[in-house]
This record gives sequence, structure tokens and C-alpha cells, in this order.
Amino acid sequence: MEKQATREAYGKALLELGREYQDIVVLDADLSKSTKTAEFAGIFPDRFINAGIAEQNLMGMSAGLAAAGKVVFASTFAVFAAGRAFEQIRNSIAYAELNVKVCATHAGITVGEDGGSHQSVEDVALMRSIPGMCVVVPADGASTRQVLRKLYKRSGPAYLRLGRLAVPNIYDDDLQLEIGRGIELKEGKDATIIGCGIMVEKALQASLILAGEGIMVSVVDMHTIKPLDQELVIRKAKETGAILTVEEHSIIGGLGSAVCEVVSEYCPVPVLRLGIEDQFGQSGSPDELLQHYGLSVDKIAQKVRNLLKIL
Amino acid sequence: MKVINDQAVQQVEEKALAMKRHIVTMLCEAGSGHTGGSLSASDIVACLYFWEMNIDPEHPNWEDRDRFVLSKGHAAPVLYAALAERGYFSVDKLMSLRKLGSPLQGHPDKRKLPGVEASTGSLGQGISWAVGMALAGKMDKKDYRVYAMVGDGELEEGMVWEASMAAAHYKLDNLLVFVDHNGLQIDGRITEVMSPEPITDKFRAFGWEVMTVDGHDSRAIMKVLNSARDVKGKPVAIVAETIKGKGCSFMENRVEWHGTAPNREEKEKALAELV
Ligand SMILES: Cc1ncc(C[n+]2csc(CCOP(=O)(O)OP(=O)(O)O)c2C)c(N)n1
Ligand SMILES: [Mg+2]
Repeated sequence: MEKQATREAYGKALLELGREYQDIVVLDADLSKSTKTAEFAGIFPDRFINAGIAEQNLMGMSAGLAAAGKVVFASTFAVFAAGRAFEQIRNSIAYAELNVKVCATHAGITVGEDGGSHQSVEDVALMRSIPGMCVVVPADGASTRQVLRKLYKRSGPAYLRLGRLAVPNIYDDDLQLEIGRGIELKEGKDATIIGCGIMVEKALQASLILAGEGIMVSVVDMHTIKPLDQELVIRKAKETGAILTVEEHSIIGGLGSAVCEVVSEYCPVPVLRLGIEDQFGQSGSPDELLQHYGLSVDKIAQKVRNLLKIL
Repeated sequence: MKVINDQAVQQVEEKALAMKRHIVTMLCEAGSGHTGGSLSASDIVACLYFWEMNIDPEHPNWEDRDRFVLSKGHAAPVLYAALAERGYFSVDKLMSLRKLGSPLQGHPDKRKLPGVEASTGSLGQGISWAVGMALAGKMDKKDYRVYAMVGDGELEEGMVWEASMAAAHYKLDNLLVFVDHNGLQIDGRITEVMSPEPITDKFRAFGWEVMTVDGHDSRAIMKVLNSARDVKGKPVAIVAETIKGKGCSFMENRVEWHGTAPNREEKEKALAELV
């Protein structure tokens, strides 16, 4: 399977959109080579602004540009976007419902060797808590491109969570993706795995192992964490009676929490959450860290077995 | 006023060289990390750890110790090299840099490694941490001194100036901040990306005593540290002119070497120059 980091796909998609739409402006904070906005900067220098190492000003300027009619894509690492500039995103961008798409790369532990200070495990929780904020965590390159297009058309603030690590493509280019609509990748009656980001592909792999044991699971790519596809969550809860959520994020406040909120209110069934337990990351290679923090295919399969035992 | 003699200068220079060799070697072993900014800071950090600071590796938490905060935390290898050479841990440990489970995290982690005074890596935050430590020193009527180093790109963070305002407001003459003025950040030259210049004027306007020095001239650094100790009633900023990648000709002043580790061949080439 071919691999591509979602940040790579983001950089490419920006070029396409930049050619088509003149109102797109891209901002970065001295990380354009890593966030992949550098190519846009090279081709459209008049529509690129480097804020320097100043993430709060990056978000503040983005708000101003959007208020003046631009559609802004603002990039830096997830820790510095959702974390450092949280309150600027809240008060300058979201409170005013401005058209700023915060496109944060290097999310999660797959940042790798840079270590815990650079691995945001809480950004989805932060962004999800802001009223009106759309939060999207695409699983691969093709879906990232689609998402970017949709976010351009969809007015209002959004947070797009992107990764550093090259991950297998699971979709091809004719994918039809809607913001706020989960994608049912696989049908199975015994349980549902709801995943986002790089964990979707691992969930698919786990479903194959489980099928070998006679356990048939549904797999959903819940790329949009907010607004969450409640209908789909409720339907899968009813159809399969058990849910496992998988995400490269803290089990507090992310996809798992969002799913639990819906399930507990509308159709209580057992839910287990696989994610990073309440702890910080550390240095290591991305693959070692995924193993270490239990974000592996085997762990997903194991969690599904555990889930079926509680039933 | 500490005495500066040839012997002291020579000792600092030898240590700085050893540290630069460690930096190149450990980064090669790690396969990733920040080479340029670790090398640009080496001569200054060597002066601090092998001449200036009152510290005791046997007692890393000694209350009266001087403190150093590496606010430009990505240059962690220079800090680790200094700590190892100073005897906080064995030099072999340097080879575990950035590996799973190692106390030598990609960016300094205070919880994991004795001698690391502040967990840094998010630019702009270390200088505030240093201001806090200096405030505590004043509160407790201790005479320890607090040293910090910020990058010149790091000066673009508003937080640096919030910290600077506070340091002058509270007359923190127990605080000394080095600016590693190597002229480069990640996306290019600081003057082209987002200029923080004129740096000396800015610190002066914020109420600091400002000094400048050649950041690779050990004797000059020692002299400026001597005069900084005499400043009363305000914090001191030392803007040090440095070269990113100092000591390795093929890295010097090259922006590509900000966040790149040398491969084996490049390491050998670098070590051949670092003699
Ligand atoms: C808040 C924050 N934003 C962005 C980064 C990513 N980053 C790491 S190093 C660096 C450039 C630093 O340049 P400078 O301060 O001049 O350091 P030096 O040249 O001494 O390496 C950037 C943007 C970071 N670590 N922290
Ligand atoms: Mg610099």
C-alpha cells in the first residue's frame, strides 16, 4: 500500500485550492517546511504570511485577515496551535465565527523523537470544547485533500488535525466525503470500531484478525469529531451493541469521549476507549511509541475481545 | 571578580571542544535532532558550566546552586554534553539521546534527568521560568544566580518580552540571559522571516543592562560574565554573536543544519574538524 503523511497531502491540496481560489491566504509560524506550507509560499508569495515564531499573533492575524474577507489556512504544530494559541483561537477566531481553518500538523505521539513537549495528546479535546468549532481528523492523504476542499466551502472556523508520519492510503481519489458524516468501511454485527486519523487503517487490519476468529466487526472512519455523526453512532450502537473507539489522542476529551457522550444519552451500550491513557508522550521512533502506548493492531483486536466479554 | 587566567580559559576551551564532539556524535547516533543551534551555543554553555556557575553535580538539587535554563530547548544536546562532562551522569549515556525510555529526551525533561533545571522545548517559556526562579531567589534572600539562553528566533515570541518586562520591573539583578544571535531560525534568516532586530535596543528599552560579546571567544565571554555580576538593580542581557553550526565548516551558517542530524560520513567529517 502506498504511504503518505496527511501533512504532505495538505501541502499539495493547498496548491490546488490556491490555484482555483484567489481568496485563500496561508499563514505559518516558522515551520513551513515541516507543515508543508512552504510550497504554497514559493508559488503564491503574495498570499503567504510567515508570522515567525509567534503562534498567538499567527491566530490573531488570521482572525483579522478572515474578517477582511480572506479564507485563512493557519498552520503550525498541533501543540503550538491548539495549545499555545488556544485563547486566540477561542476569542478571536471562534467567538467571531471567522473563516479560519487551523491546520495543525505533528499531532499525537507519532511526532516521535522530539518527545513529549511536542506531542499533543489533548488538542482534539481543547478544540472540541470551543462552541461552533468544527474538528476533523483525516485518516489518509486522499481524505485530507477532500476535507480541505470541503472546509474551504464550509464557512466558519475549523481545526484540522494532521500527522507527521507517512501512513498507508486507504482511499482513492474518487472518495466522496462529507464533513460530519462518518464513513462505514466495513459491516459486521458483533461490535463496531469507531476510529479517526491513523488508527482507522489499524482498525481495518484488526478487523481481519478478528474475522479469522469468527468475530465480525463494523469499522467506521469518524473523520469529523465535531459535529459528530450522532445518527451513525446511535445506529451502530443499536446494530452491534458494543463500541470500541480508537484514536491517537488522550482517552480524555477526544473521539472516545465524544462517542460516549452520545451513546450514554441516546442508547447506552458498552463502550471501550483505546487511546493514550492520561499521560504525556516521550521520545522514541513513531512505531516504538505506537507500540509502547498500546496503539497497535494487536491491542485493538484485544480490546474488542475484552469488549465482547463484558457483554 | 573572578580571576581570568590562561589556564582557566584553556580549560573552558577544552571542555567546549569535547562538548561539540559529543554533540555531533550523539546526534548522529540519534539520527535526528538540532545540530546547528547546539553548536552555536557550545562555547557559552561551556563557560557557564566550567567557569561561571556555582553548582555541585553530586547534589543537583542543592538549594543554593546557580541555575541554567536552556530556553531554546531544541539545543538539548549542548546541555546534555555539558552535564555529562561536568559529571552529572556518565558520558556513555549521551548515546541514548532521543531513544525510547532515555532520560535524554528530544527536549529537556526536568522529571527525567538530574541537572536539567527546566522542561523546555516550547520556545519563549524558558525565559519566564528563569524569571520565576530569580524571583524565588529574591524572596528567599538567596544569592544564587539564574542564567538562561534564548535563541534569536525565539525572541519573536511575545512571551519573551512579557518575561523581560517582568524581570526589569522586579529589578532581577540575579538574572542573566544570553541571546544566541546566530542570525538563523528554521525558515531562513531571522531578518527575512520576522526580524526581532534591533535586539540590544529592545532589551535596553525594556530596562535591561545590555552587553554584547563574541559568543565563540571564551575569554571574552568570561570577561563579560565578570562585569555582568557587578550590575545592580536590573537584569542583564548578553547578546552573543554566534555562528550556527560553529566548528563544522559544512554546517556553519547553513539553515539546513537547524534540525538535521549528521549521518556517519558527515559525523566523521565534523569530528575531523573539531580538534
Ligand atoms: C513555541 C514554539 N514554536 C515553534 C517551535 C519550533 N521550533 C523549534 S526551533 C525553532 C527555531 C528557533 O530559532 P532560534 O531561536 O533562532 O534557535 P537557534 O537558531 O539557536 O537554533 C522553531 C520555530 C517551538 N519549538 N516552539
Ligand atoms: Mg537562531
